[in-house]
Amino acid sequence: MALQSLDIKARSATTTPSPSARETMEVAKLIDISKCIGCKACQVACMEWNDLRDEVGTNVGVYDNPPNLTAESWTVMRYSEVELEANKLEWLIRKDGCMHCADPGCLKACPAPGAIVQYSNGIVDFHQEHCIGCGYCITGCPFDIPRISKKDSKAYKCTLCSDRVAVGMEPACVKTCPTGAIVFGTKDDMIHHAEGRIIDLKSRGYANAGLYDPQGVGGTHVMYVLQHADKPEIYNNLPKNPTISPMVGLWKGITKPLTSFALGLLAVGTLFHYVIKGPNEVSKDIEKEFENES
Amino acid sequence: MTNHWVDIKNADLVLIMGGNAAEAHPCGFKWVTEAKANRNAKLIVVDPRFTRSAAVSDYYAPIRAGTDIAFLGGLINYLLTNDKIHHEYVKNYTDFSFLVNNEYKFENGIYSGYNKEKRSYDKSTWGYQKGKDGFVVTDPTLKNPRCVYQLMKAHYSRYTPDMVNNICGTPKDAFLKICEMIAETSRPDKTMTIMYALGWTQHSQGTQMIRTGAMVQLLLGNIGVAGGGMNALRGHSNIQGLTDLGLLSNLLPGYMTLPGDAEQDYDKYIESRAFKPLRPGQMSYWQNYGKFFVSNMKAWFGDAATEKNNWCYDWLPKLDKGYDILQVFENMHNGEVNGYICQGFNPLASAPCKVKVSGSLAKLKYLVIIDPLTTETSEFWQNHGEYNDVDPSKIQTEVFRLPSTCFAEEDGSLVSSSRVLQWHWKATEPPAEAKPDADIIAGIYFKLKDMYKNEGGAFPDPILNLTWKHRQPASPSPEELAKEFSGKALMDVTDPKDKTKVLVKAGDQLNGFAELRDDGSTSCGCWIFAGCWSEKGNLMARRDNSDPFGMGQTLNWAYAWPANRRILYNRASCDLTGKPYDPKRKVIAWDAAAKKWAGSDIPDIRPDAAPEEGVNPFIMNPEGVARFFAIDKMAEGPFPEHYEPMESPIANNPMHPDNPLARSNPAARVFKGDWETFGKADKFPYVATTYRLTEHFHFWTKHVKLNAILQPEQFVEIGEELAKEKGIKGGDHVRVKSNRGFIIAAAVVTKRLKMLTVAGKPVHTVGIPIHWGFLGLAKNGYITNTLTPFVGDANTQTPEFKAFLVDVEKV
Repeated sequence: MALQSLDIKARSATTTPSPSARETMEVAKLIDISKCIGCKACQVACMEWNDLRDEVGTNVGVYDNPPNLTAESWTVMRYSEVELEANKLEWLIRKDGCMHCADPGCLKACPAPGAIVQYSNGIVDFHQEHCIGCGYCITGCPFDIPRISKKDSKAYKCTLCSDRVAVGMEPACVKTCPTGAIVFGTKDDMIHHAEGRIIDLKSRGYANAGLYDPQGVGGTHVMYVLQHADKPEIYNNLPKNPTISPMVGLWKGITKPLTSFALGLLAVGTLFHYVIKGPNEVSKDIEKEFENES
Repeated sequence: MTNHWVDIKNADLVLIMGGNAAEAHPCGFKWVTEAKANRNAKLIVVDPRFTRSAAVSDYYAPIRAGTDIAFLGGLINYLLTNDKIHHEYVKNYTDFSFLVNNEYKFENGIYSGYNKEKRSYDKSTWGYQKGKDGFVVTDPTLKNPRCVYQLMKAHYSRYTPDMVNNICGTPKDAFLKICEMIAETSRPDKTMTIMYALGWTQHSQGTQMIRTGAMVQLLLGNIGVAGGGMNALRGHSNIQGLTDLGLLSNLLPGYMTLPGDAEQDYDKYIESRAFKPLRPGQMSYWQNYGKFFVSNMKAWFGDAATEKNNWCYDWLPKLDKGYDILQVFENMHNGEVNGYICQGFNPLASAPCKVKVSGSLAKLKYLVIIDPLTTETSEFWQNHGEYNDVDPSKIQTEVFRLPSTCFAEEDGSLVSSSRVLQWHWKATEPPAEAKPDADIIAGIYFKLKDMYKNEGGAFPDPILNLTWKHRQPASPSPEELAKEFSGKALMDVTDPKDKTKVLVKAGDQLNGFAELRDDGSTSCGCWIFAGCWSEKGNLMARRDNSDPFGMGQTLNWAYAWPANRRILYNRASCDLTGKPYDPKRKVIAWDAAAKKWAGSDIPDIRPDAAPEEGVNPFIMNPEGVARFFAIDKMAEGPFPEHYEPMESPIANNPMHPDNPLARSNPAARVFKGDWETFGKADKFPYVATTYRLTEHFHFWTKHVKLNAILQPEQFVEIGEELAKEKGIKGGDHVRVKSNRGFIIAAAVVTKRLKMLTVAGKPVHTVGIPIHWGFLGLAKNGYITNTLTPFVGDANTQTPEFKAFLVDVEKV
């Protein structure tokens, strides 16, 4: 999943500067929840383009299937039944997946050099060949997006179709969306498009319609138009003010030589813990270690 | 659809009722999104469930399943009482002023002419008053109490907002709010489109629900205009083509009808269908019935069809009754059917009352299945545990499975809901032994022909004389079949005004149905498709999406029937002088200088019919106008009336509480023994309704991994109130049972199914998607139609899948 190395803006656990000979335009995907009919065509497009097949699951009492993000399901629809006023039911359907933060917590937390990169167009991408399966990206993510595969212990998530975008195509979910609820372009254009949508929604009685582009993570390259931007949490717990976990900040605050040392230590420790206990517990253990140190 | 998918973008208001376009037609639904973006349109959804369409609506109201006529009747009452109708339109283009037969009556829910034993009507009083000239008598002042307007007003005055609330359970304020929004479109510069589907067709009074919707649109002047219309959203790819080509048992291609038993005389058959105008100067296009019919018979029987033998009229079956799906299975059930060829159809899953269907199939000697997939029907005899618990040793039916190609494995045309015939090309080769349906039918045909030839038989003529002029007789090509239904000249076709002028040379493809003749000089396998493959080539294969008027008509994209017209009755978009009611949404207009109709669409009127001639827009009706009063066309009465579903949660019809005859549709056909299979509210207190989900297509996509991942397991939807009462939590398994059987499925507990108060009592609705069965990649499940009643609409016999009774319990 690589744009050209020329376009890498940031690289996990790397201190050498990034290339800066050229710059690409910042892109964004805008998901207009008010236009979404929850058809899951985006889920199919994602599975097809990325050649992924999750397992045939069960019905757990909701329309959400697969019921959660997995290493094989990089996007899922979240259906929320909300009654803000009596007798005014809303069925809010949110396409969940990586937000491609401008300030990506996953990348900051990642101890494996080059396992997570950020391109100058804003896409945050995982390079699985460098991934050590520590699960730290999960801790770093304020949106609970990355998933570690049970098959190969690598972390996976939406790539914003970086392979398609690199050759001038829109992400697969955007191409397939039948109602135009998902659009793609430069971030500026998407903000402008959202402004029009918000005016329309306000005229239809949604006084608090707005754009979800949370600044706590430096803004995102996947944005939402929300009917109730004042209450993002009603959209299946979309965080109101997402920020990167202080753990990650601490990690980044450690001085350089220490960092390198800790990195090596962590990599070894992670692997060790992983072999014994599996990925999730490892990250919790490491968190504890950090807490004890502080 | 009277209009087409793209035209929805021209609407100011979209009413989705009796359908769930976002769920079942997500791609077409984009045009609703366009209407919102382009015209600031509003979307109203009326449905028993808060659906995916409702999720993006501007206004939603709940309704009890099966009570749409009451809702729409209330809306008609509102429009008439509040004078929110398009006066000029209804006065000129509808039967408002027509006087109705003095014998016609409506008393306590029953129309004149009812026969209780036969459960049907003598419709002779359901007609007009006619003058000595043979034309209908009218009263343009609309004061005569026998005029359609006055009768209709009286009829619907009973549908008060309180009555609507009482029957439908729709909150009164929500009903009135919707009336108000819809009433706005009575203005000439505002239009509403109605999008409906099986939520209206699959009721014992489904056809009348659709009629009531059409009446609303006529009152508002919304038929024939851009952004208006009555738009039936078809489900199966090419189900539109199926009805167009006359595959229903009582039809011939192009909506011509098969003769009945009493119609042995050819001339009388034609005469009774080639309607003469009922008002002066009207086109009454069915006058040309003979031309369509003769051309059809020439396509089927070629040289064997001659004037002398009445174009082989005697070879056509004469119906003693309809042979719809319910009737055929009833016959099978009674042991009257030996063999059944089941092509592209999975009745064990798709037909109502599985126990009856399964038992009927077991009485066959043989069953032939033509299908690309392994269907439940083809394994009805196989024990699949709890999902199909039968004893194969007791079933002697011999089953043949003939694998056919899928749409992507063959060339051909599909007709969309928009009536657009669109050619498509093979994407891949069929797997293994799969063959195109035409090849399979050809194989059966040649075998039959040989047997008739060699062994004789009771009636060999139609088989031995069938036209079969295909370059590869065992494999008729889609191109040849398409040319045949489009039609060609067998002899030179000349101009009726100047016989020396040849319009089409012998052997050439025809340009349209205006060139059809009843003298045997033309051949056309489906008159409404005429011209789709002319000497200009295959017009269905056109892919020019240019839209010079910005109205979305794209006349050079594929080919729409009839005559490449995109909006039917478009003459009604103009006033009497030929000026568009809304100049900003001009479809056609009269060009006085050029002396012709022209615009963004093909005019639905004789192109040179000057407005002064007074040719009215509804050219298929002999009156030239649209009918509020359906005369003798409907089984259960000229005005739609609310009747309860055959299985209703309430004791009587609130419109006619004292008349048990008028509780449910008095003209619905119920077979002997089936009354007993209907459940009552004491044992089955909840209203059930079945439907489709976006993630699946009928019973096909459970064979597809991607779809199985998206919606893996059978479920039913239960409102929070009912779930609480029954101690059911989301994800629990529940048993849903009707008087005909049960299914077990996961429970989705939801706020989207609200308890309604109907006739003073609480009514819960249980939602049951249909897609599962005992075969496929999704988790196997029960067939939903185990539950549904074996009864249909009184006119079409479409089964009542949308409203019946069940009980629910936690497993």
